[in-house]
Amino acid sequence: MTQKRQSNTKMVPVPSYSIVPERDVDKRPVLETRHLGIEFGGLKAVEDFNLTIGATEIAGLIGPNGAGKTTVFNLLTKVYQPTNGVVILDGKDTAGMNAAQASKLGIARTFQNIRLFGNMTVEDNVRIGLHNQIRYGMVSGILRGPSYWKQEKAQHEKALELLSIFDMQDMADMQAGSLPYGAQRRLEIVRALATNPKLLLLDEPAAGMNPHETEELMENITKIRDQFQIAIMLIEHDMNLVMGICEGICVLNYGRIIAKGTASEIQSNPTVIEAYLGKRKEG
Amino acid sequence: MTRKQKMLMSNLITYGMVTIAFIVCQLALSGSIDGFKMSRSLKGQLVPICAWIVMAVSLNLVVGVSGELSLGHAGFMSVGTFSGAVVSGWLLNAFQMENEPVRLLIAMIVAGVCAGVAGVLIGIPVLRLRGDYLAIVTLAFGEIIRNVLNCVYINVDGKKLIFGFNTPTLPGKALLAGPQGAVGVDKISTFVMGFVLIMFTLVVVLNLINSRSGRAIMAIRDSRIAAESVGLNVTKYKMMAFVTSAVLAGMAGALYGLNYSTVAASKFKFDTSILVLVFVVLGGIGNIRGSIIAATLLTILPEMLRAFSNYRMLVYAVVLIVVMLTTNSPFLAGKLATVKGILKGRKNTGKEGDAV
Repeated sequence: MTQKRQSNTKMVPVPSYSIVPERDVDKRPVLETRHLGIEFGGLKAVEDFNLTIGATEIAGLIGPNGAGKTTVFNLLTKVYQPTNGVVILDGKDTAGMNAAQASKLGIARTFQNIRLFGNMTVEDNVRIGLHNQIRYGMVSGILRGPSYWKQEKAQHEKALELLSIFDMQDMADMQAGSLPYGAQRRLEIVRALATNPKLLLLDEPAAGMNPHETEELMENITKIRDQFQIAIMLIEHDMNLVMGICEGICVLNYGRIIAKGTASEIQSNPTVIEAYLGKRKEG
Repeated sequence: MTRKQKMLMSNLITYGMVTIAFIVCQLALSGSIDGFKMSRSLKGQLVPICAWIVMAVSLNLVVGVSGELSLGHAGFMSVGTFSGAVVSGWLLNAFQMENEPVRLLIAMIVAGVCAGVAGVLIGIPVLRLRGDYLAIVTLAFGEIIRNVLNCVYINVDGKKLIFGFNTPTLPGKALLAGPQGAVGVDKISTFVMGFVLIMFTLVVVLNLINSRSGRAIMAIRDSRIAAESVGLNVTKYKMMAFVTSAVLAGMAGALYGLNYSTVAASKFKFDTSILVLVFVVLGGIGNIRGSIIAATLLTILPEMLRAFSNYRMLVYAVVLIVVMLTTNSPFLAGKLATVKGILKGRKNTGKEGDAV
């Protein structure tokens, strides 16, 4: 069940010291960061973070606890404003944007500690993701004109279609907060997908899942990438998952990138091994 | 039954409940059925009840749906009351507009707009805050509005409105006289108009909740960070809930004010805001139908308790505490669920009732 399946995408170097899959070289990279960094009162949580992600790449971000992985996600999604450097999403500089504006540029994410709209139904959670794709205002929502009914119906169908990715259509009427843990994680992915992103960030998607569920998740992540033709970047501690589906992997330690490369390159990189396991005693 | 049908059903029950109550009251008022008559004191309470229901439902939009504790709701009501009284007085004195329903309607619309403007002005600074801080600042703004209105003098001279601040001696007929409040108000509020306003409020609030904007407001309540991450403009939707609520409170204020010949600003103190909050909390936060019932009962109750004279407020407080204990006790909730189960034709154990 947990056999290793190394991806065999050919990775090629691009300017800014990164690699992207060969098929994405001619396309505009979905994400580019240059010298990205943030300080919290003198503590450099992330420093000089340079990364390019191809248009349909599955990228991994790994590193020991406290390395700054989630901080990087918060910087990319503009939850935090960087103190240094730039984030370029799909060719557009995101300087000065807030999280909502970044989302409209095509970045979506899930959270390490699940953040669903717990009191709302599963379907409504997905509908919130679809929010910016329908266009009727407050007044027509109150007056209930034909445009309201038409768009509500289209939204309902779209929501069910998205839920069917994870076979969750039957749960549409359930309260999101009452779902089992694994289903909540899947619902967060569906909600993120509903915003029609170009880059999907998954923060520990396999946390708390058993090996069988993880295997299923790996297949689903690849399926989503193939179906929607988007880039996916994930933070994960499950090395089976990371080494299995990530094409390019970036290793972070103490807020700095210590290695970039394909799965096999990362596995044999002495700096990475040292960061995870410590230095071998000399002598 | 799907969720959509359930929601539709629930809304229909709410509309139906209000309509039936209105018809019963109208029958009692007309006295066409022998022995079925309304007492004088209750008759006088009808319009205020309508106003308090609208206040409770509109506050529920902020507290229950948008999840922000606002303690200044009476402030918006007072803005509505005084702007409504001034507009009504001005139309009567300057234009001799005798048509009362039209005058009341215009007064309510203007009052709603004025309260809405106040809502926007207050919302801009207030909605940057969260939780307790927001509650404290709305409380402060409620008091500020009341104290400012205490100093405002508006007179009508011919067709002109004359505004003054701390200037008791203005020419013409006084409409708004500082600490005395609105004076010489033509009592034009009617129970029918009150019913219309309640229905209008229900349509606005219930339809808003079940629309794209309403879902966004609820999503922000559940998780602000997640809502931002899917591209919701948090400030816009918080403002939408806050201002809609203020507009409705302003209209309720106009209805309330035009029911009395004089209304002073001291009527809209902090305890009035708390009273409305009590309606909302007792009726169930986020539960529109509960707000309506609680506002009705708690407005009638003090009148019914007149028999206890001096002990009236004491009994009122005890009743409030008993109701709150009852609705929160798992034992009694279980019993209630059993009764509900029997009514629905199936046996329900107390344990399952805990979830109710």
